[in-house]
Amino acid sequence: MADSQAPTVLPVAEYLPPPMEKGPVAWATKNLFNSWASTLTTIISVLILGNLAWWFLDWAVFRAVWTLPGSGIADTLACRAEEAGACWAQISEKYRFILFGLYPYLEQWRPALCIVIFIALYFSSADRRLWNWRLSVVWAAGLAAIWVLMRGGFLGLPMVSDDLWGGLPVTLSLATFGIAFAFPLAIVVALGRMSTTSPTARFVCLVYVQLIRGVPLISVLFMASVMFPLFLPEGVTVSNLLRAQVAIIIFAAAYLSEAIRGGLQAVDKGQSEAADSLGLGYWQKMILIVIPQALRVVLPPIVSLCISFFKSTSLVMIIGIFDLLNAAKLSVSEPAWQGFGTEAYLFVAMIYFAFCFAMARYGQGLERRLNASR
Amino acid sequence: MRLGWAIDRRGARSLLAQGFIVLSIVAVVWFLADNTVANLRALGITTGFGFLQRVTSLAIPNSWLDYTAGVSTYGLAITVGFINTLVVSFIVIVLSTVLGMLIGIARLSPNWLLSRSCHTYVEALRNVPVLLHLLFWYQLLLQLPGPRRALNPVAGVFVSNRGIRYPSLEPDSAHVWIALALLAGAAAAAMLGRLNRVNRERTGKGRRIWPLGLFLVAGPPLLAWQATGAKLAFQVPELAGFDFRGGGALTPELSAVVIGLAIYSSAFVAEIVRAGIIGVPAGQWEAADALGLRKVTTLRKIILPQALRIIVPPITNEYLGIIKNTSLAVAVGYPDLVFVVTTTISYTGQAVEGVAIIMLAFLAISLSVSLFMNWYNARVALVAR
Repeated sequence: MADSQAPTVLPVAEYLPPPMEKGPVAWATKNLFNSWASTLTTIISVLILGNLAWWFLDWAVFRAVWTLPGSGIADTLACRAEEAGACWAQISEKYRFILFGLYPYLEQWRPALCIVIFIALYFSSADRRLWNWRLSVVWAAGLAAIWVLMRGGFLGLPMVSDDLWGGLPVTLSLATFGIAFAFPLAIVVALGRMSTTSPTARFVCLVYVQLIRGVPLISVLFMASVMFPLFLPEGVTVSNLLRAQVAIIIFAAAYLSEAIRGGLQAVDKGQSEAADSLGLGYWQKMILIVIPQALRVVLPPIVSLCISFFKSTSLVMIIGIFDLLNAAKLSVSEPAWQGFGTEAYLFVAMIYFAFCFAMARYGQGLERRLNASR
Repeated sequence: MRLGWAIDRRGARSLLAQGFIVLSIVAVVWFLADNTVANLRALGITTGFGFLQRVTSLAIPNSWLDYTAGVSTYGLAITVGFINTLVVSFIVIVLSTVLGMLIGIARLSPNWLLSRSCHTYVEALRNVPVLLHLLFWYQLLLQLPGPRRALNPVAGVFVSNRGIRYPSLEPDSAHVWIALALLAGAAAAAMLGRLNRVNRERTGKGRRIWPLGLFLVAGPPLLAWQATGAKLAFQVPELAGFDFRGGGALTPELSAVVIGLAIYSSAFVAEIVRAGIIGVPAGQWEAADALGLRKVTTLRKIILPQALRIIVPPITNEYLGIIKNTSLAVAVGYPDLVFVVTTTISYTGQAVEGVAIIMLAFLAISLSVSLFMNWYNARVALVAR
């Protein structure tokens, strides 16, 4: 009886797990030569990418001209030869102009210092452990220091009027001041659009947001540059840079308010009701309870909005402001340097890329951590 | 008693606040309008849209309407600019959708090299301002050799720093009939496809209809061609003096706007398409695999129709962004709406009217695109039966 019930024992060896797929060959088999279609794709990609890379290296490195004797028309002839590749000498000759514009040459340490302060401010705000009231004090001090440094006029610094400002500091100021001032405005507009007691406020905020979001930024900038002077009483003038800055604030606030409104709607209604039952007033309830929770939800979309505002500041070039892109464009307008736009544009493209890519990476990390803690 | 008083007080306060908002807006508008009228009077500019009837000397090459500088009015010039804006938007939307779709799908390829290259393409292009793209391509196109040493990639097509020249059809009045016949044939083919689909959904049996559909699309125009005896001759561009003559032309300005915008936007479309495909549950792939469908068929018949529901809302925003971005054509001097209006402002000083025209035109386009895409979204949305 016991014999007939005995389980058949199978040889163990056949049930060993398959060998681990490791090593470069296994990886390539899995990711590059998985099937005949994949192999074909790999071969075609290698051919195209290899050709492109070789062509670019040849232009940018092997045949490039790195130094020139001077900056006259005769000196740049070496770059115009048939076999010459990229003319990086243009960048080493013009980089101060591209970065700082027409700012007085001897004072250019000031905008350089401003760039450093801007970047320090960005880094200090990136760390979530530092998100408290001290950070706003640091920001206020930093922005004030930047303004004093750029403008001068006291502490022995010569005054530099803002029509001489240019290059990277202008781009960074337009973006940073734009977002810093648009943010509170956007919160007020978002609250206005969600107001339950005041249909007037709701209507005004709705018209503002839809109007600004329906038209291109360039028309808002035109409004600031050609229409705004007509609005002012006689004798009052506002500088071109300040008008562009106001236009960017108004534009950014409309987009930010839509993002923030999404966050406000996502906050559970019970939070608001609990605050009411505790006897908090409207502003106390919003500032202490609702807005902090709403902002937490919409931080990732706000980061991508910031990236797009940063890129959009380049549009001020069209109304004649000397930002980074305009400086690059004008750096190749002299006869001696005409035709070397590719080099100048690649140079500023790398600067824009560095800022935007860093922001995008930061935004992705933020999204992951916020999702993880939920 | 106390509660009623509190409600009254709250109502009164709300009324007071709203009155305050209205009053302050009226005051600000009054102040600005008063200043504007005084400033315009000081500058000697008459307000109103009367300037649209005046003749302009603004030159617009390759206009779609019968426009001549020095004869036509500002109104017609602005209309031509508006049409140019629509044309550029349409071309860019089509190109960036096709390119973005391909790159978005390729980013999900199991082939590491292909997906990495597409990832790099997207990251490198979308983190640079769109205006920089436009200026970059424009200066690159202007650096091409002159017409005498023009590149000739395909017979009849010439690429030089004066733009791209290609062979075009010799104009003939009978071409209208051929186009109409093509349109009618395409409509009939679409009807046929619809009937077949309805029939398949009812009976479960479909017919192979593509041969008949092909005949419906190609037959009528061929018949019309034979019937009207229209000329089908091509005009090939020829070098005459310092430039080409004849054939169709794409100016460097238009090419720069189209290339720059299409490449920039394709990176965003690719991300939207990728997010849409990822949003479809993996079980759909596995089920299709279990049924024995091939990868391409699965993508086309199972995944993309479901991904479309996720894709439509964000891509609507992207299309609206593209339309607004065409206004940057002003930076390279392509005569779109914004270019024509800003030139008009500098000629006539009608700043308020000019900016109002730009804003109204873009609001109108944005609104129509939103309406169309909402209708389309409702069409592809999940129908609960």
